[in-house]
Amino acid sequence: MNLLVLGLNHKTAGVEIRERLAFSGDKLSIGLQKIKGLGHVKEVAILSTCNRVEVFVVTQQEGVFEDIKVQLSEIHGIETQLFSPHLYLYSGYEGVRHVFRVASSLDSMVVGEPQILGQLKEAYSFAQRQGTTGPVLNRLFSHAISTSKRVRTETRIAENAVSISYAAVELAKRIFTSLQGKRFMLIGAGEMAELAARHLINNGARDVVVANRTYQRACELATDFCGRAVDFKDFFSELVHIDIVICSTAASEYVIKKDQMQRLMRDRRNRPVFIIDISVPRNVDPAVNDIDNVYLYDVDDLQGVVDANKSGRAKEAEKAEGIVIEEVDRFISWLDSLQVVPTIVALRQKAEAIRDEEFKKFRNRFSNIGDEELKAVHYMGTAIINKLIHPSMVALKESGAEQTELVAMVKRLYNL
Amino acid sequence: MVTVLSEIALALYIVGLILAIRTVYNDEPRQAGEWCNWILIIGLAVHSFAITYRYILTGNIPITSMHESSSFFAWSVMVIYFYIYYRFRFLVLGLFILPMVSILMLSSLILPSEIRPISPILRSYWLAFHTLFAFIGYASFTVAAGTGLMYLIQERHLKSKRPSWICTKLPSVQILDEINYKLIALGFPLHTLAIITGALWAEASLGSYWRWDPKEVWSLITWLIYALILHLRIVRGYRGRKAATLSIIGFLAVLFTYYGVNLLLKSYHLFQ
Repeated sequence: MNLLVLGLNHKTAGVEIRERLAFSGDKLSIGLQKIKGLGHVKEVAILSTCNRVEVFVVTQQEGVFEDIKVQLSEIHGIETQLFSPHLYLYSGYEGVRHVFRVASSLDSMVVGEPQILGQLKEAYSFAQRQGTTGPVLNRLFSHAISTSKRVRTETRIAENAVSISYAAVELAKRIFTSLQGKRFMLIGAGEMAELAARHLINNGARDVVVANRTYQRACELATDFCGRAVDFKDFFSELVHIDIVICSTAASEYVIKKDQMQRLMRDRRNRPVFIIDISVPRNVDPAVNDIDNVYLYDVDDLQGVVDANKSGRAKEAEKAEGIVIEEVDRFISWLDSLQVVPTIVALRQKAEAIRDEEFKKFRNRFSNIGDEELKAVHYMGTAIINKLIHPSMVALKESGAEQTELVAMVKRLYNL
Repeated sequence: MVTVLSEIALALYIVGLILAIRTVYNDEPRQAGEWCNWILIIGLAVHSFAITYRYILTGNIPITSMHESSSFFAWSVMVIYFYIYYRFRFLVLGLFILPMVSILMLSSLILPSEIRPISPILRSYWLAFHTLFAFIGYASFTVAAGTGLMYLIQERHLKSKRPSWICTKLPSVQILDEINYKLIALGFPLHTLAIITGALWAEASLGSYWRWDPKEVWSLITWLIYALILHLRIVRGYRGRKAATLSIIGFLAVLFTYYGVNLLLKSYHLFQ
């Protein structure tokens, strides 16, 4: 049994590649089912956020990752060689460590940002509902969640977690001095957009306008923020009065284009506007940034702002890495025991079966023996098999790196 | 005595500039900023005293030669600098303004400073009005160009998507744009008044309002540039990068009107 992690993130691939591999809408359940359908794949879960796409697979065959690549290419209609160089593959110990690091937000664009844990939980429960998880992934995810909680309580990583939203607020202050009384608009209503919106409001931004494809959801959010909802098709005309735009729709094309924006800037009399595009695929044409007084930042750009804050957290991150390694060790020993326990059980059962059979033969042959003696003979048989298999059991339980080989050897020796 | 005072003022401005640079690199900028500010205040006080002293010595407003006017130009820039500093509270402005102030003070000290009997044309009550309007106008344009330059740097950093630490030291683009606009809106009427008083004065002393003297022509060019900036801002909604660039071009015209005409062209405006 082995855990494979195949994926790419903001460090290995640009937003152009990530957005093409993002599992949006139906693709997620299709992906899960297709990968589960591959031979040798026992369990699968997929995590797809704007910063990463990861496939977690439990399998006995390492080679299966080539098949997964082909599946990814088919599902997203993108050639393998386009994304292959950006992929990383972790297996076994490194795989578990990677999952725990992701959950603890150590692998995030903004180290310590809290959103990833929620996204991971969501990915897990989705796979669970789809019935593609099993004992290993169930245990893996719950262990990842508890590790993340440990990291959060035992280190100060969350305390100075400078999230993307925070970076966006800092940037806004370089454009507008203060957010006091600034108007902003949410286009699309994702979890991340919501978080950014809360940051803006905490810093004094006012007059929230929410536009969403489902009007109902827009209304809910608007009530939440004491703002107002507008129809999605009307959002552009509203932009004339807006200072900050947070865009995070699931649209696969640009919702704000350059020529549109140029016309808008004339109507705005060139008042500066700050557009934060946290959607993957991107929703705002990158060329919009070339227009005077328009400042456009996408997820990757925000990293640049965040980088400055990274060094201060290095120490806490080190502590967190230590916690992760501790937890990985615990998980790995559980995973190993998963392999060992059936072997031990089988070994014992085999021995007991032999004893029972021999005992039956003995009883048939010596029918004149009393109950007391029979009991003693049975006891002797049990003692012999216990003493005989005890060293093998200890060896199996305590085996480290060579466990897989040892298990195979025991199985072969005893014909299990 | 006046020269010594001016030298002290220059020295204090340079120290102020060094402190302003250190403030940018300092992790605890408040303390360093306080020091910088006090040095500059003392500098301006000494400078004001030097100008007043010269006024008492000569008996007329000390803007009658390049030596005097350079010093007065520098003084006006410092006054505008403090006006902006106390309204918007950012010390980085000094980084962009103090080099110009130092150059003006230095050129004032290099130029001949002896007190000579001034030409009869200058013995007029117009002198005070005309020169005060002109130099405070120039000073506004100078500080406006400084904020324009700051705007361009800040804007470039924000647009580059890789804002460095410089970004956090500079004020926001919106406030820089606003100050740039306000200073031009202040400088423009002053410059207009300087031209009007100049024309009236010329009529009174030389018999005609306008003589197409290079100084007059270049002030008109300067006036037209700033008129264009205000027109574009008000009517066409120009803002930001274009407005900032134009304000720097306007400042180059100011520099040429002030230095260039005196050094390169022949003008009756040259009162040495």
